[in-house]
Amino acid sequence: MSATPAAPKTNVIGLSVLDYRGGKTTLCAGCGHNAISERIIDAAYEMGVRPENLVKMSGIGCSSKSPAYFVNRAHGFNAVHGRMPSVATGVALANHKLMVLGVSGDGDTASIGIGQFIHLMRRNLPIIYIIEDNGVYGLTKGQFSATADLGAKLKTGVINDLPPIDTCALAIELGATFVARSFSGDKRQLLTLLKAAISHRGTVMIDVISPCVTFNDHEGSTKSYKYVKDHDEPVQELGFVPHFENIEVDYDPGTTATVTMHDGSHLRLRKLERDYDATDRINAMKILAESHAKGEVLTGVLYVNTQAPNFFDVLNLTGQPLGQLPESVVRPPKKALEDAMAELM
Amino acid sequence: MATLDVTLQEQATPTAQTGRNVNDFSIQVATVNGSGSQSANTVLLRSIFQMGVPVSGKNLFPSNIAGLPTWYTIRASKHGYIARKKEIDFLVAMNAETAQEDVMSLVPGAACVYDEPLNLKQLRQDVTFYPVPYDKLVGPVCPEAKLRRLVKNMIYVGVVDYLLGIELAESEKAVARQFATKKKAADLNMAAVRAGYDYAKATFTKHDSFFIERMNENAGKIIIDGNAAAALGCMFAGVTVVTWYPITPSTSLVESLIDYLKEYRIGSDGKATFAVVQAEDELAAIGMVMGAGWAGARAMTSTSGPGISLMGEFVGLGYYAEIPGVIFDIQRVGPSTGLPTRTMQGDILSCAFLSHGDTKHILLLPNSVTECYTMAMEAFELAEQFQTPVFVLSDLDLGMNSWMAQPFEYPEQPVGRGKVLGADELQRLGGFARYKDVDGDGIPYRTLPGTAHPAAAYFTRGSGHNEKGQYSERPDDYVRNVDRLARKFDTARKFVPAPVKEISHSSEIGVIAYGTSHWAMTEAHDQLEKEYGIKVDYLRLRAYPFNQDVHDFVKNHNRIYVVEQNRDGQMRELLKLDLPPEQIAKLRRVLHYNGLPIDARSVTNEIVSQEGK
Repeated sequence: MSATPAAPKTNVIGLSVLDYRGGKTTLCAGCGHNAISERIIDAAYEMGVRPENLVKMSGIGCSSKSPAYFVNRAHGFNAVHGRMPSVATGVALANHKLMVLGVSGDGDTASIGIGQFIHLMRRNLPIIYIIEDNGVYGLTKGQFSATADLGAKLKTGVINDLPPIDTCALAIELGATFVARSFSGDKRQLLTLLKAAISHRGTVMIDVISPCVTFNDHEGSTKSYKYVKDHDEPVQELGFVPHFENIEVDYDPGTTATVTMHDGSHLRLRKLERDYDATDRINAMKILAESHAKGEVLTGVLYVNTQAPNFFDVLNLTGQPLGQLPESVVRPPKKALEDAMAELM
Repeated sequence: MATLDVTLQEQATPTAQTGRNVNDFSIQVATVNGSGSQSANTVLLRSIFQMGVPVSGKNLFPSNIAGLPTWYTIRASKHGYIARKKEIDFLVAMNAETAQEDVMSLVPGAACVYDEPLNLKQLRQDVTFYPVPYDKLVGPVCPEAKLRRLVKNMIYVGVVDYLLGIELAESEKAVARQFATKKKAADLNMAAVRAGYDYAKATFTKHDSFFIERMNENAGKIIIDGNAAAALGCMFAGVTVVTWYPITPSTSLVESLIDYLKEYRIGSDGKATFAVVQAEDELAAIGMVMGAGWAGARAMTSTSGPGISLMGEFVGLGYYAEIPGVIFDIQRVGPSTGLPTRTMQGDILSCAFLSHGDTKHILLLPNSVTECYTMAMEAFELAEQFQTPVFVLSDLDLGMNSWMAQPFEYPEQPVGRGKVLGADELQRLGGFARYKDVDGDGIPYRTLPGTAHPAAAYFTRGSGHNEKGQYSERPDDYVRNVDRLARKFDTARKFVPAPVKEISHSSEIGVIAYGTSHWAMTEAHDQLEKEYGIKVDYLRLRAYPFNQDVHDFVKNHNRIYVVEQNRDGQMRELLKLDLPPEQIAKLRRVLHYNGLPIDARSVTNEIVSQEGK
């Protein structure tokens, strides 16, 4: 008796993980960005994201190439340097039912793109914005970016003499409603964060420290695998229960906070040594500033707010995507023109 | 001289005014900006309009909130000429700072109504003066002292009404319209108009020669500015995503559009069928247009020269990645900040080739408020048909000034979405290659994100790509792709608005003009014929790329004058790139670039001079 071959494992919408694969990466072996692409594939698969409903947006740089390396069945848009936020905003306005995922780098975000980044955060546009943060420009061979720490050293011996921009602190201050930091080497934390991000309808900003093995992984770098591993301080232990899974577990409310996400999923935040309240915006900024002075890399959910109105609410958008509205809706009737003309006579 | 020189007056050609001048003269109101004169000027303009006399109004204003000189010129023309007239016949002098120079620039025989304390009378013997004690008159009409500064202006409307013979009832109607929602303000302003009228009637004996007499030229016509007209066009084109960054003189386009959208595009559920986003800058505005156009929305932005400069990189992406979008450029005087409140046709070349690398863009060139409306709709059609950014090049004169027009017509063409493949078509075709020239017209097929088919997705990038949209640095892929883009641009020649042969005499002299230069050109044509016996044929360009008619027109004439409002003859340069070498030598330049709208006399004089007459 021969055994029936096992059906390939599928997710909640019946797709296999292969349906989420991307093209072959052209980034360096060991690049943190590749690990992030893997986690995005895992998260989209586990959450049952329909690939055709995802759009992958990016700017320019190593990080911005990576959307070609995951979910080929999703439309991708590799825009201009530092200006993916505006393009992503346009996409979301044209079709608010799409899941917009933006991948940027520290140069693309914090240097050339800081203006658009800031205004994206302000709008609380539903988007998942990931910074693949390695503190250097890779494609131009290793200059410092604006997230490099003060005193960090390049391979060439050049010392960074300007303070870094903390993109998480900035995002929290400006109005993003799900702000997290993670490490490309921490599979579990990053995957959980990404799944929670998929459940959120507002601006998600995740700064993922993603070491550059070629230009910034040496002694003296504060963005190397070793340095981040040694200084990584998770602010909580994360748990996530997607909306389509009925798992009832009792948690001690004294040690675990539960956040109900927009799609009904549950994000569990279990206390570690420090008592971190991810819903307290002012405190989050304070702790980030303090930890920075101590050389800690705080990771986890730094801020979450599921109550704030998002940009679509503010714009009072109709239910059907704007780009799909029929002529009968978008072209007012003849009477409207006649009325407008009568007012001008 | 102070550090600020905002005087306006040009050297006018003096022509003595004799006899009785009915419905063929210009009025200039010189005031200080922020003084509320705009309402009074609109009432005056509309009063003449309602008298059935063809009229145009141009606001010549400074880049300032309040306190600097501003001029409003109204031209009444029984012949229907609506270009700016350089010579001022009738002056309303309200601004102490410019009054002397304003008076000195009047043509002999002109008239001047002035604020009595300015004491202008002794300046000229050949001008008729009418002093008006506004401060004395305004008190009894307007008990509230803080409103007097604003209401004062309405007094000159009454004075001018009396002197020119404009029926008071027409101004009453215009005031009621101007303050339609504010009954108290309407009453107050009308009382001021009457006070001016009564004072003039009791005080002045008319000595000047200017009269407005009733005609019937304006029945059924509207008055609108080009920006509001374009806004209407955008709304009826079905625009859904509007992004912008405020910049004079384009701001009022989007502000009008917001008003129209709120009135006509909120669904029965109270929800908006549009999104208007005031972006952080022009870079973001065009970036949002690119994103929205890529994802299937009819998206647009509106800006002026400095914004165009900023948009360069994104427009190149739009060209190369083939993304529809509409960009209005309400041109103002450059380079740099230039003269932000003055007009120019100065962005022709920069828009035609905006961005690095080999790029060419479709330009539409409206000459009237009617074309602002129709070309707005055509721009969206072309953008989706050709999957590329399309520019509509208006200017400050057209965009911000008041123009008469026949009521606009409702669009007959359905909204076209271009070559977009849906899930069913993908199923039938089994897939597609994003940048493949399937039909031989250079226009490929695209899919929209969200299309529910596993083969729908492709990767859009500004980097080199092959027919499938895959990253490629191969020389043959690059050449094949950019050659197809050139082919696509050639296809557009047949679809963009064709040029119009405005005047044909079978003359050996041809004139080419476009946009707002048209109005000076048609008047100059009449001057050339009547005053100098020179007949010219006139072709009006309406778009770039040029079609065969343009080539034929140049071929069929011995010399061609290209009339435009910039220093370098930008359209002439663009024509030179398109024409065969033996035709290029025919092209001559007629240029006007001092920031004021072009006038017929300047065109006539230049052509006469170059003709050696």
